[in-house]
Amino acid sequence: MKQFRNILFLLFMLFSFDSFSQNVDQVEMADVLRRDGKIYTVVAGLVIILTAMIVLLVRVDRKIFKIEKELKKNN
Amino acid sequence: MNKYKLEWWKILTIVLLYYSVIGGFLIPVPRLHILNESIRMNYFHVPMWFTMMALFTYSLYSSIQYLRTQDISFDDKAAVALKVAFFFGGLGLVTGMLWGNATWGTFWTSDPKLNNTAIGLLIYSAYFVLRGYLEDETQRGRLSAVYNIFSYLVFIPLIYVLPRLTDSLHPGSGDNPTFRLFDTAHNMKLVVYTAISSFILLGFWFFTLLLRLRSLKKIHDEAV
Repeated sequence: MKQFRNILFLLFMLFSFDSFSQNVDQVEMADVLRRDGKIYTVVAGLVIILTAMIVLLVRVDRKIFKIEKELKKNN
Repeated sequence: MNKYKLEWWKILTIVLLYYSVIGGFLIPVPRLHILNESIRMNYFHVPMWFTMMALFTYSLYSSIQYLRTQDISFDDKAAVALKVAFFFGGLGLVTGMLWGNATWGTFWTSDPKLNNTAIGLLIYSAYFVLRGYLEDETQRGRLSAVYNIFSYLVFIPLIYVLPRLTDSLHPGSGDNPTFRLFDTAHNMKLVVYTAISSFILLGFWFFTLLLRLRSLKKIHDEAV
């Protein structure tokens, strides 16, 4: 009985060591988020925003180009 | 010149921007305490300041050219570049405050780097006040060019020299390194240099758009 208790104690010690070492080595990162694939949602959102902004930028660019061309034609 | 075509550097800007945004989120980064994933802010906060500095430098060059040649188009360039530089500086401040809140626990500390940047930007902002105050074109051009050169020469020691002489939380001041070529993790170098170049190109794109609008407005005003 006493032996069993000792083994149990050692086992618990081992577990606690395990968790202790995990705390030291592992820095908290967004692993779960990535595993769940949710980080890709954020990336997709940003890509959509970026695309929309670039489309707007190019359209403004083109509009200015057209006005410049018209001015050149008139002069 | 007849049909609209996207210039090669604009296409490059778009490609690099996509790379920075996607790579900035998905390429692995070093695991560091306190910083955690907020280390990725480096990809977006730092390029803002690089873009601002690039445009400030361009504005300085234009101001010097204006004083040399008295060509008013250089004055326009200097003013527009400064405006866009301010836009990016503001974004840099806001993103920096967010990052500071996540890592230092406060949006603003009375840190030499932070305070000097704020002071420097305020000195620069007087440029627009000066421009708005002067009516005569040549007088405005000359005075604001001189003031622009003065601001630049104050700005550099304020944000790059003085914080290095004292202790500061901000990387790149006191004893902290920034951008050590051989210290930075390889994966981060991939994205951070791309992000810097893409945002500088984007800033230049904004600048050309505003400049063209300005000259169009000038032509319009003359015609009316």
